[in-house]
Amino acid sequence: MEPILEVRDISYVYSAGTPFEHRALENVSFSLGRGEFVGVIGHTGSGKSTLMQQLNGLLKPTSGQVLLDGTDIWSDKKLTRQARFRVGLVFQYPEYQLFEETVYQDIAFGPKNMGLDEKEVDRRVRGAAELVGITDDQLKASPFDLSGGQKRRAAIAGVMAMEPEVLILDEPTAGLDPVGRKEILDQISEYRVRRNAAVVMVSHSMEDVARLTDRLLVLCGSRLVMDGPPAEVFTHAEELVEMGLSIPYVTQVFLRLRHMGLDVPNVYTLSQAEEALMALKGGTLHA
Amino acid sequence: MLKDITLGQYFPGNSVIHRLDPRTKLMMTVLYIVALFVAGGWLSYGLMLVFLLSCIRISRIPLKSIVRGMKPLVIIVIFTGVLNLFYTDGGKVVLRLWSLAITTEGLKRAVFMVGRILMLVSGTFLLTYTTSPISLTDGLESLMGPLKKLRVPVHELSMMMCIALRFIPTLIEETDKIMSAQKARGADFETGSILQRAKALIPVLVPLFVSAFRRADELATAMECRCYQGGDGRTKMKLLRYHRNDLAALGIGACLAAGTAVLTAFGL
Repeated sequence: MEPILEVRDISYVYSAGTPFEHRALENVSFSLGRGEFVGVIGHTGSGKSTLMQQLNGLLKPTSGQVLLDGTDIWSDKKLTRQARFRVGLVFQYPEYQLFEETVYQDIAFGPKNMGLDEKEVDRRVRGAAELVGITDDQLKASPFDLSGGQKRRAAIAGVMAMEPEVLILDEPTAGLDPVGRKEILDQISEYRVRRNAAVVMVSHSMEDVARLTDRLLVLCGSRLVMDGPPAEVFTHAEELVEMGLSIPYVTQVFLRLRHMGLDVPNVYTLSQAEEALMALKGGTLHA
Repeated sequence: MLKDITLGQYFPGNSVIHRLDPRTKLMMTVLYIVALFVAGGWLSYGLMLVFLLSCIRISRIPLKSIVRGMKPLVIIVIFTGVLNLFYTDGGKVVLRLWSLAITTEGLKRAVFMVGRILMLVSGTFLLTYTTSPISLTDGLESLMGPLKKLRVPVHELSMMMCIALRFIPTLIEETDKIMSAQKARGADFETGSILQRAKALIPVLVPLFVSAFRRADELATAMECRCYQGGDGRTKMKLLRYHRNDLAALGIGACLAAGTAVLTAFGL
């Protein structure tokens, strides 16, 4: 896969040179391919949010480089600003950033800042709204009149409307009900398919990252400690638990089954579990 | 960037000054300010300076952080100094620049006024640096107690001040977060004319106000859930009590005020 974003050995220190100095990232490196779906997991304070803000040039790494399409985003002021548009970042609880009179205007804030003409802005706003299921009536309403889940979707649409090649989301489903969660996750997947965009999602739900992502980054104590497909990462169950993380419930069940002497493979999603159980059942029937 | 604001920040510590009753410190500050305005000669100013420096020393607050806190005052200080330097008559003429003359009296006035401002600010900094906001409002409420008889809502005022102080760091953090979020959507706060920059703040201010109101609402509900009824019949967890140190400190403060008054009366 062709890499779009490359992080080279970055470290970040908060309040350097004061008594409050704090190392938030230490020598983190990875690269991100076009269209890849990557999950980021880590305990609170492991540096996830800091890392996310490095990727679009909001925070400048104390050392190391962030390359977008092979060029350092900090080599030129214009490039840094470009990076903000090409790498879209959705913060935690993004609904708290809504400010315009109508939902339409709020979603248009990003595209307008890009300097696009009115027609293009309109196309992008309507495209993003349609993607996250915001109706035309809602576009005309005040963002403060929407329900919690709708506000969240409007805020995410505000970033999607910039049509970034990399979409980063910091816990996009925090505080939503199960139906709202599923909808938003499906819409993120849909965005990725439509635009062939890379998606980086911070999440505390092992089920979600196991189901959706191709690759997992595990952060612990400001360092990147694991980087691999979920199937591989979740085989390190004990280490993950030690870091204050967990593995999907279905993986836990299957690990127990193995301990009990059943010949089952490692699984991490429900559909895999179903397949494995069917195979097991079939196997015993044929024996 | 926003986190670097130090104005009136509390420096936790355990010095004699930190441990004084907040009421003592408030009264001392008042005495100190009175003495500062009474002082009129080199000797009385010297006495005030010695007092201030020894207080800073005892409190173990680094001199650097007090100096840093005074940075925003640079313009006022220069302005005061220059004005007094040129527009005071009397005394011998030291230097003549066109129609402006610098006199000995002018020099003296400039030094005194600048010294007064700097000592005034650093003295009050010492109060907020060594007293936590909570005990400061406690002390204020207790000192203003007698005003209750005049139907001044003393408790309510101090509660409001306490809440305001408590939420300053929260709001700063929130502002930082919202600014980052809007920057991620291409908002630009650093370039453009003053008007453009003021306009660029709307996407920050609106969400900030919305969240401040939301927080206020939540806090009000939480207070009501705990049966908060205002000051009537409310007892304190930490009772303020004067100790021997407080009496000694107040004595020193009174001596200082009296001393400067006497010295000034003798023209020193």
